[in-house]
Amino acid sequence: MPATHSGTVRPAAISAEGWGWRHAGRAQPAIQGLDLRIEPGERVLLLGPSGAGKSTLLHALAGVLGDEEDDSDETGSLLIDGVTPREQRGRAGLMQQDPETQVVLSRVGDDVAFGAENLAVPREEIWSRVHEALDDVGLRTASGGGLALDHPTAALSGGQKQRLALAGILAMRPGLILLDEPTANLDPAGVLEVRDAVARCLDKTGATLVVVEHRVSVWKDLVDRIVVLQPGTAGPQSGTPGVLLDGPPEQVLTQARSMLMTAGVWVPGYVPATRARARTSGTNELLLAAQDLAVSREKPRRKGFRTIPPVPVQRDITAQVRAGQALTITGPNGAGKSTFALTLAGLLAPVDGMVSAGVGLSEGAGIDPYKWKADQLISRIGTVFQEPEHQFVTGKVLDELMFGPRHLGHGGERVDELVERLRLSHLVDANPYTLSGGEKRRLSVATVLAAHPKVLVLDEPTFGQDANTWAELASFLSELLDAGTAVVSVTHDQEFSAVLGGTELRLGPVSQGETAPQEAGAA
Amino acid sequence: MRDALNLRGNHALLTRANPLAKFVAVFLISLVLALSIDWVSASTALIAELALFPLAGLTLRLLWQRAWPLIIAAAIGGWSTAIVAADSGAVLLDVGLWSISEGSLELGLGFMLRGLAIALPAILLMSCTDPTDLADALAQKAKLPHRFVLGSLAAMRLVGLMAEEWQTIGMARRARGVGSQGSPIQRLKATLGQSFGLLVQAVRRASRLAVTMEARGFGGGQRTWARESTYSLMDAWVVLGGVAIAGGAVLTALGAGTWSFVWR
Repeated sequence: MPATHSGTVRPAAISAEGWGWRHAGRAQPAIQGLDLRIEPGERVLLLGPSGAGKSTLLHALAGVLGDEEDDSDETGSLLIDGVTPREQRGRAGLMQQDPETQVVLSRVGDDVAFGAENLAVPREEIWSRVHEALDDVGLRTASGGGLALDHPTAALSGGQKQRLALAGILAMRPGLILLDEPTANLDPAGVLEVRDAVARCLDKTGATLVVVEHRVSVWKDLVDRIVVLQPGTAGPQSGTPGVLLDGPPEQVLTQARSMLMTAGVWVPGYVPATRARARTSGTNELLLAAQDLAVSREKPRRKGFRTIPPVPVQRDITAQVRAGQALTITGPNGAGKSTFALTLAGLLAPVDGMVSAGVGLSEGAGIDPYKWKADQLISRIGTVFQEPEHQFVTGKVLDELMFGPRHLGHGGERVDELVERLRLSHLVDANPYTLSGGEKRRLSVATVLAAHPKVLVLDEPTFGQDANTWAELASFLSELLDAGTAVVSVTHDQEFSAVLGGTELRLGPVSQGETAPQEAGAA
Repeated sequence: MRDALNLRGNHALLTRANPLAKFVAVFLISLVLALSIDWVSASTALIAELALFPLAGLTLRLLWQRAWPLIIAAAIGGWSTAIVAADSGAVLLDVGLWSISEGSLELGLGFMLRGLAIALPAILLMSCTDPTDLADALAQKAKLPHRFVLGSLAAMRLVGLMAEEWQTIGMARRARGVGSQGSPIQRLKATLGQSFGLLVQAVRRASRLAVTMEARGFGGGQRTWARESTYSLMDAWVVLGGVAIAGGAVLTALGAGTWSFVWR
């Protein structure tokens, strides 16, 4: 059992010597030949192109990588304070990307206590640690939510869930805190919430930090060292160092600026170049209109014999979608942005008010998009969901792209063009689920566009994307807009909406006391 | 789903009893009621259970909202027994193939009351027991392995998420042109595809949750419990109450001469 029962935190030292790891069932190691020393109390930002093995390294340090029985392969040594991570539970705490899976139990207090319980901390001490940790991450101040110990974890926002996870980690009193893209799924306010909570806790405990994140500007001022990793899958040639660059933030960012930009890292002050919109834009024809719309994800509920309409998350929305014009939907979490977009796209029934398609869009299919058949819908309105995997319906990239056209009885001319344009040609035989994050995003946009819709609806298309995918996507959409497609996007990303231009529809916070369904994680 | 599992706002007396004691009481009642098929024991238990509603913070309205499918199922079950069972005694109604006699009516009534009397204690238990407290009691008092108990508890939290995910995947697939229209075979295919999508997401979520739990030290040998599961005097009363309802049901039925074992 770890000796963390005392109140103070002992910062951890990390040493890797020629360390490498090959996951079970993979031919190439995810990471190899890593030589790295991190001193106790150091704060390190880990950068590198996707596929450099950053997550693998964090998982290994957290002691959750592989088991003896599977056929994964470890080379060299990776030690925390001279001991294998797996032999010292609780020495390191890990936070991952998806807030929903960072919560274990259904009450706030119980969830924070979970780690300390597993480390066999005595009961009285657990609760004093729980109180302290919740205070430290700011979940108990009035502005941070003022949460009681029995507050249901399901009712928290994404940023609150991540701070709760941090509290659960702190209650274990780890000497090493590992953050694996902790803010990739959060809106800008949530990002700052989490970043500031991490900063406060590090200042207090002095623990060592290793954070992996694309958005350098968020963490630059908090870390005192940046380490850039080399892609581990570059090839089996020996002698390739695992670490490409290592040093103080300013120095590394200056030295490696262009290299990092090429690798798609969000270097501070860098907005990737994108295609500019043409001045004149299309026919301006009205394609889709929302009139006094009230929206909810819930269906009308049956209670006994009665039918009760759902409580709308947002009401009285009026908006117009025109050919060749962008409409950007913004607003705080829980304001019903995604719900509105899905209702506009004919995927959810309006609670009140109506969505109506103009004659140029409906082409004889009726005025209400929600009543259209699936075939009619996809050739008119295309919707790209936040999580690409939700929309995969086949086992091969090419089938995925041909799915829409085949259903509509079209040929694949449009598909060839999209494959070319979105750089998917080398992937046509791959399984969609095995693609990288950026590739999945490009594929999901291409599959929806293959059906040639006049309106494209996107839900947070740039969430968690690297700068390269971001620029490609923004340029591509700007082209589409100039060609006359209407683009509706739900986004927090101001630079992205600046590229697309058009109008912004800002949805205010929900006024009623009911907790709105939290959308960042679910959508 | 999530609302049903949430006890916030329910401060009734039985919410403070140990879940294990409640579990034992429910088990006793269900066991005894499963032994006989008469209507006297069933209605005795039913009346006693209805009297317990205020103690569990349950009202008839809430019961109907949460359990109406069960109630309707019990009614249908009773009705079909009444018309299908072999006639005995005076025939009350005869519509060709179907007939209702005093004997079959009694059997049907007994069947319906019994269904309700067995289902109600479980509903009572769920409405005044927090799943986390139940897990604590099962691991600490009943000494079930904590890996299993806490694993199930964490997985149950994911069930609510999966219900939301099912809806999202349904919409995401409609946006790809996979409709819920068409022939029954097409619909079946669409549902299977959607289930596969959900399965993939469930596996991903579950493995990420497992990493989270393991990174918090879960799965080690020794562990302490932040919430101690304790017995109080009330738990003795709860178990006694269970014994009393079960025993009372048997005794009244024996007294009325209606008790009959199911296997006879």
